[in-house]
Amino acid sequence: MTDTQGSNPSRRALIGWGGAGLALGAAVAGGAVAVAQSGDDRDPAAGEAGGAVDFHGAHQAGIATPVQDRLHFAAFDVKTDDREAFVQLLKDWTEAARRMTAGQPVGEGAYGGLPEAPPDDTGEALGLDPSRLTLTIGFGPSLFDRFGLKDRRPEALVDLPKFPGDNLERSRTGGDLCVQACADDPQVAVHAIRNLARIGFGKVAVRWSQLGFGKTSSTTPGAQTPRNLFGFKDGTRNIAGTETGRLDEHVWVGAGDGPAWMTGGSYLVARRIRMNIETWDRTSLQEQEDVFGRDKREGAPVGKAKEHDEPFLKAMKPDAHVRLSHPDSNGGITILRRGYSFTDGTDGLGRLDAGLFFLAYQRDVRKGFIPLQRKLAAHDALNEYIQHVGSAVFAIPPGVRDSGDWWGRTLFSKEA
Amino acid sequence: MRAVRLTVTAAVTAAALTALSACTSKSDAKDGDAIRVTAADSTCDTSSKSVPAGQVTLKIENKGSRATEVEILFPDDRIVSEKENIGPGTKYTLTAEVKAGSYEIACRPGMKGHGVRQKLTVTGGGATAERDPKLDAAVARYRTYAQEQADETLPKAEAFAKAVQDGDLDAAKKAYGLSRLGWERTEPVAESFGDIDPKVDVREDGLEPGQKWTGWHRLEKALWHDKKIGAEEKALAGQLVTDLKDWQKRVGKAEITPTSMANGAKELLDEVATGKVTGEEDRYAHTDLVDFKGNVEGARKAYELLKPVAAKNDPALTKELDKQFAALDALLDKYRSDKTSYDFVSYDKVGKDQRKELSDAVNALAEPLSKLAAAVVK
Repeated sequence: MTDTQGSNPSRRALIGWGGAGLALGAAVAGGAVAVAQSGDDRDPAAGEAGGAVDFHGAHQAGIATPVQDRLHFAAFDVKTDDREAFVQLLKDWTEAARRMTAGQPVGEGAYGGLPEAPPDDTGEALGLDPSRLTLTIGFGPSLFDRFGLKDRRPEALVDLPKFPGDNLERSRTGGDLCVQACADDPQVAVHAIRNLARIGFGKVAVRWSQLGFGKTSSTTPGAQTPRNLFGFKDGTRNIAGTETGRLDEHVWVGAGDGPAWMTGGSYLVARRIRMNIETWDRTSLQEQEDVFGRDKREGAPVGKAKEHDEPFLKAMKPDAHVRLSHPDSNGGITILRRGYSFTDGTDGLGRLDAGLFFLAYQRDVRKGFIPLQRKLAAHDALNEYIQHVGSAVFAIPPGVRDSGDWWGRTLFSKEA
Repeated sequence: MRAVRLTVTAAVTAAALTALSACTSKSDAKDGDAIRVTAADSTCDTSSKSVPAGQVTLKIENKGSRATEVEILFPDDRIVSEKENIGPGTKYTLTAEVKAGSYEIACRPGMKGHGVRQKLTVTGGGATAERDPKLDAAVARYRTYAQEQADETLPKAEAFAKAVQDGDLDAAKKAYGLSRLGWERTEPVAESFGDIDPKVDVREDGLEPGQKWTGWHRLEKALWHDKKIGAEEKALAGQLVTDLKDWQKRVGKAEITPTSMANGAKELLDEVATGKVTGEEDRYAHTDLVDFKGNVEGARKAYELLKPVAAKNDPALTKELDKQFAALDALLDKYRSDKTSYDFVSYDKVGKDQRKELSDAVNALAEPLSKLAAAVVK
């Protein structure tokens, strides 16, 4: 992928919706137009459609990597007390992830093995491109109650407080582990989680999972800004994979931030945000635009002409989403978002079970998601149309360095 | 009849074991090694007349005008493996484990008669290994177990039937779960007959159009849902006993091989995963945990019998299986007051989180169990 920084205002990387919880405003500041590019330490070719994203690096792929079209996210519970068995699982997972992200089947493949044995790979990704699959692992707070890890839990990995309006379902909340699978082909993402879950049986069990579509950022020159399911362009200026300075400042855990094992990692907040689609669709255009603080056609901030024009916050209603979530209203708080829309059919009352699966990466949850969401939960006009129904937080360890390294080594090995 | 069937089974199994033990790696069976069989109305061309022992693959294409049947036959015409009803213009891949010796490939256009034959020589290094006597012993013991289960089930089924026929609702309810236990322990064997299972263990939603609903679950609905016993139920109770006697009589003839035992164990866990954990099996009586326990016990029996061989071939697998069987048993024990009784908690009292826990434990066991067959034939 070529870098055309600044040449196209509609092109940007990693624009999360922000709508429901955290606004586009969270990253609106900063002036320069964010430009899509592959991650800071990744092969530029990785961004090409269908290609493979390098699994190895200082940071895990799937965070600063240009956002893929599809998501399969899974949270797992740990089912074993055997530390050695769990570490072996992490190694087995790493190997499987290494193969799958390179477009190869798991183990000895999906066919050609012993006829009496089930194949190692489930086979539904055979013949498909790597589709820029990235697999990103995270460790939840509850993991640190196990395996003698209590002392290693980072202070920044806090349990999220209850926010006003939260209606969290236990079956969509929490988890000892998570794996985020992003790919341009949904089958590739589903295959990846399915095979990891299978490898994990007996050691871990899927607690909940979420499929997502409609990537929330554009990484192609001239592409339209993605719209959320409310029909609004949103998440205008997220942190781009090229902006190493902002990534270091807002996303990557620095040396000295906490335990050494997290250096180069990040913290992830995942929220399932249900949108009340039907009531929104009955809302007047004026009200819709007032709620966001943007116009629907262009996505321009109130009183401005273009989406990327600098917003004038005071022109917006005091409870407008953009105004409340803008860094200028929040002491400069900036997070990296790569959320996806979701639709899980209907809810039994004939309503679309749909919304935003919000994913935010940040250097410290206490300085990122929590203060922002406190404010939004209390005042955001959008709250009338959304509800947070699932929630989880994870420590995202640093990247897998090379073919001898494995997910979680820095946490589990004695040297770290 | 019985003697012939068992001989065939034993021979095929022995061939399978011999062949696989000769394999050097999993990738031996490649498409390139397949024999292409071109079947037509009066010809049966094979691309090769000689293959090494092991997994033989026939890539069959019917270029004739009628449906055909292709078989691999022993010299005395016993069938090693076959595929019926290959339509004109269609293809099929047939695989079989074959040990060294002389065979024939037969194409039977119209699926009748002697067919058109081709010789097939299967080569192997002279001395063909005998099947591990431990596996023969395992099959023999499992056959005995299956028979015992049927024998022990009959009086319990008769007690259940009698209670129904006496119109004693409470006694019938009490006898229901226990009357199913032996069946649940050996279900893959019972199901291998094909015709008994739909008569005794079908659920209402599993009925074919025109099929009369009979068996345990029909009576279960009468006892728990309709809460009454009529003339029809009394007749059905008698029919259930008759059908189970048929099972008891035939269970000794079931074709059982080490691999079918291993896969049967896995299938029992599949039964748990799809029917019991969801509460679908005994939706009126909620005695799902009794069936659950029976399935696990039956799977464990097959596993224990195969374990000496499997432990030699794949010790890590048997270690994992021991662990997961123990974990699942311990979990199930939480749902009964006494470890010797089958008085389990009613499944409608088992909450969502508990069902998830049971489901996780079943997956934890079933996944390694799916590798048992390979460990047995390695």
